Amino acid sequence: MSVLDGFHVATALDGAGWHPAAWREAGARPAALFTPEYWTGLVGEAERGLLDFVTFDDALGLQSSRRGVADDRVDRVRGRLDAVLTAARVAPTSTGIGLVPVATTTHTEPFHASKAVATLDYISGGRAGVQARVSATALEAGQFGRRTVPDLRDDTGPGDATGPGDGQFVADLFDEAADFVEVMRRLWDSWEDGAEIRDVATGRFVDRDKLHPIDFEGRWFSVRGPSITPRPPQGQPVVAVLAHVPVAFRLAARCADVVFVTPRSAEDVGAVVSTVRAAERAVGRSGDPLRVFIDLMVFLDDEPGAAARRRHGLDDLDGRVHRSDAAIFTGTPHELTDLMTVWHRQGVTGFRLRPAVLPHDLEAVTRRLVPLLQDRGVFRTGYGDGTLRGRLGLARPANRYATAGPAL
Amino acid sequence: MSAPVKQVHLAVHFPGVNNTTVWSDPAAGSHIEFSSFAHLARTAERAKFDFFFLAEGLRLREQRGRIHDLDVVGRPDTFTVLAALAAVTDRLGLAGTINSTFNEPFEVARQFASLDHLSEGRAAWNVVTSWDAFTGENFRRGGFLPQAERYERAREFLATAEELWDSWDDDAVEADPASGRFLRRPFPGTFEHHGPQFDIRGQFTVPRSPQGRPVIFQAGDSDEGREFAASSADAIFSRHSTLEAGQRFYADVKGRLARYGRTPDELKILPAATFALGDSEGDAQEQAALIRRQQVSGQTAILFLEHVWNRDLSDLDPDGPLPDFDPDVSAPSIIQGRANVSRDPLQTASEWRELAEAKQLSIRELMIEVTGRQSFVGTPAQVADQIDSFVQADAADGFILVPHVTPGGLDRFADEVVPLLQERGVFRADYSGPTLRDHLGLAPARRSTPGRRGGVPA
Repeated sequence: MSVLDGFHVATALDGAGWHPAAWREAGARPAALFTPEYWTGLVGEAERGLLDFVTFDDALGLQSSRRGVADDRVDRVRGRLDAVLTAARVAPTSTGIGLVPVATTTHTEPFHASKAVATLDYISGGRAGVQARVSATALEAGQFGRRTVPDLRDDTGPGDATGPGDGQFVADLFDEAADFVEVMRRLWDSWEDGAEIRDVATGRFVDRDKLHPIDFEGRWFSVRGPSITPRPPQGQPVVAVLAHVPVAFRLAARCADVVFVTPRSAEDVGAVVSTVRAAERAVGRSGDPLRVFIDLMVFLDDEPGAAARRRHGLDDLDGRVHRSDAAIFTGTPHELTDLMTVWHRQGVTGFRLRPAVLPHDLEAVTRRLVPLLQDRGVFRTGYGDGTLRGRLGLARPANRYATAGPAL
Repeated sequence: MSAPVKQVHLAVHFPGVNNTTVWSDPAAGSHIEFSSFAHLARTAERAKFDFFFLAEGLRLREQRGRIHDLDVVGRPDTFTVLAALAAVTDRLGLAGTINSTFNEPFEVARQFASLDHLSEGRAAWNVVTSWDAFTGENFRRGGFLPQAERYERAREFLATAEELWDSWDDDAVEADPASGRFLRRPFPGTFEHHGPQFDIRGQFTVPRSPQGRPVIFQAGDSDEGREFAASSADAIFSRHSTLEAGQRFYADVKGRLARYGRTPDELKILPAATFALGDSEGDAQEQAALIRRQQVSGQTAILFLEHVWNRDLSDLDPDGPLPDFDPDVSAPSIIQGRANVSRDPLQTASEWRELAEAKQLSIRELMIEVTGRQSFVGTPAQVADQIDSFVQADAADGFILVPHVTPGGLDRFADEVVPLLQERGVFRADYSGPTLRDHLGLAPARRSTPGRRGGVPA
């Protein structure tokens, strides 16, 4: 069985879970959200379920129920810890699971992000990835004070940079993100493997012919390089992008390894996969095709009807019916297994499940869903000792600079 | 009744990317694998050290336009390593250098507040500001900062970060499912800062951290640097390791505190220090000499000479005499990515020629002679005595030790010197509190601005 024949299951962590009233459910731990043991506990649970990887959600702006505008609600979770640091904090407490924090590509420095993800790869022994996200709001831009952006306020839905807006402005943000990822990737390759030689006879610690400037020049930044951090264990850590709209599919096709997609129904799945493949062709992608993970928000209970009751209860507490950018699954682990089987056949790599409530719905995934998938022979029963790339069927890539002649 | 004895503070500096770090030693391990960082941090925590310190450099050093290859090259990201070390230690402070030139206050404040949460109150920030366009080539803005403005930038950067750390009230998160209130008040983290360096507003995203803000370090030695430390820092990372120079520096910096309404206890003075231990004094001296020869190879000696001569001297024999021609004072500096070592090259060259003549030294021997010796050399008892004497004589409040070998360079100090300091009653037998501020004997951080009561972001 090829590594891609089976199911791949990841989970997305954010706050108390993906329902805005999740923190109010029995078993939730809202007072612990900013403690390290909260995160080590969740990642430990995901790892016990042998999940492919966990993502850590993040953004430069405070959460709000209104895109680009602060809200006055006091009944929802507000505040987050930096996702890259959270992933680093849990890395030494885990051994098998992939760690994929969100990093914002707008306003921030690709040089810093590149070495942070490379370092996460060292700390985790080759389990690092990064989910690239743009920042589109004037509110977030104001926190940096370095550029003015159109005020794309939207009082109708939760904050997400991929909503409707000024087309050229958004297209530019995604082009900048592509440059950002390109710089990260070049910096990861800016040290060839084996550049550190420790040659006592000549007194040389490194072979400087194996260190390369990247000389990137783009519209938003120029970066000289090389990195200060040697090439990470995976060579190229995994890059992921969440895509709802054409510019995001295009970004994923240009520079990502993994794309998170949000079909609403079984009928949508094939169309979304076609969109991904069309985007790959449009940008002339070569090499490995994108690994396509379907995002699903999940309410899971063994007892029929219990998940739906929980969902309605949380909607009542929040005062409105929660709508998500992803499809919401409400039911039993058996029913989810059936749904995943049908959707998986249409050419996707796997699923990124967003637990509606933590830790309840994560535990339902790791302790109920995973054994069912294992019983069907479609999910791993151990991690082995591979890297995150290896788990996704991605080889350790050759270094783009390795054949270049002496530099510097 | 005698006065209470002054307590020693100890920290460890992860060996840096310079020739102090001996990579050619058979015991030298990886400088990039996490296991090396974990080993050193665990050793420091076993010895009840105050903190672990990690330096930063944002561009590989170059000399004569080529990457410098004689010393350790390559290091990890500071924040990422410190956050991971929080997982393998429980009490040890976690300090890192983060540059205020090639970062923005919102992001750095967010990262340090996160680190302080993730380490449960153990974060510290060594605030540095560089101005070189060379490093700037790796960043969005390039070399934008005139040298004269660097302390202005650092001061406003830190003040702005403090406003962000203070933007959430201590009790902002209620998290009470019964009442349905996650927040006590709406619009937490609202901030607004308008100044020459930063003009920003918005909502800070991280609730107030266990220490309120990270412990602040400052490392500059200039008058401006000392003033910045006196006004804003909790600890100063100094370079004065002789008794008299240390006492002068100590008196000078502590004397500046009163004008900011601060007491001498509120700023700790912690010089960097190296050490060589032996079974006897003679053995220690031999060890010290051996380490110095490892640190200053023939190639490194020539390189040091080039720093002063400012020209290519690669044809010279390191075991031969100094060049008979003078330094080139008209050409642009040949080294980039580090501060130039010599302010008056002609004067330095003349002094070195006299010394080499008097003691009959080759280039390499001279460089071993004039570049830093170990701060403390002796048996464990002698080194414990020297450290204690320095602290009791007000030449320092403690030391940041720089081992010469990664990762085991602190092992013997931890096992043999620390117990002697503990026996003397000048170093803790165990941690008295969970936070780095507790270890350093610092009072809880004061808010720079009165607690805000929310307010709609503009």
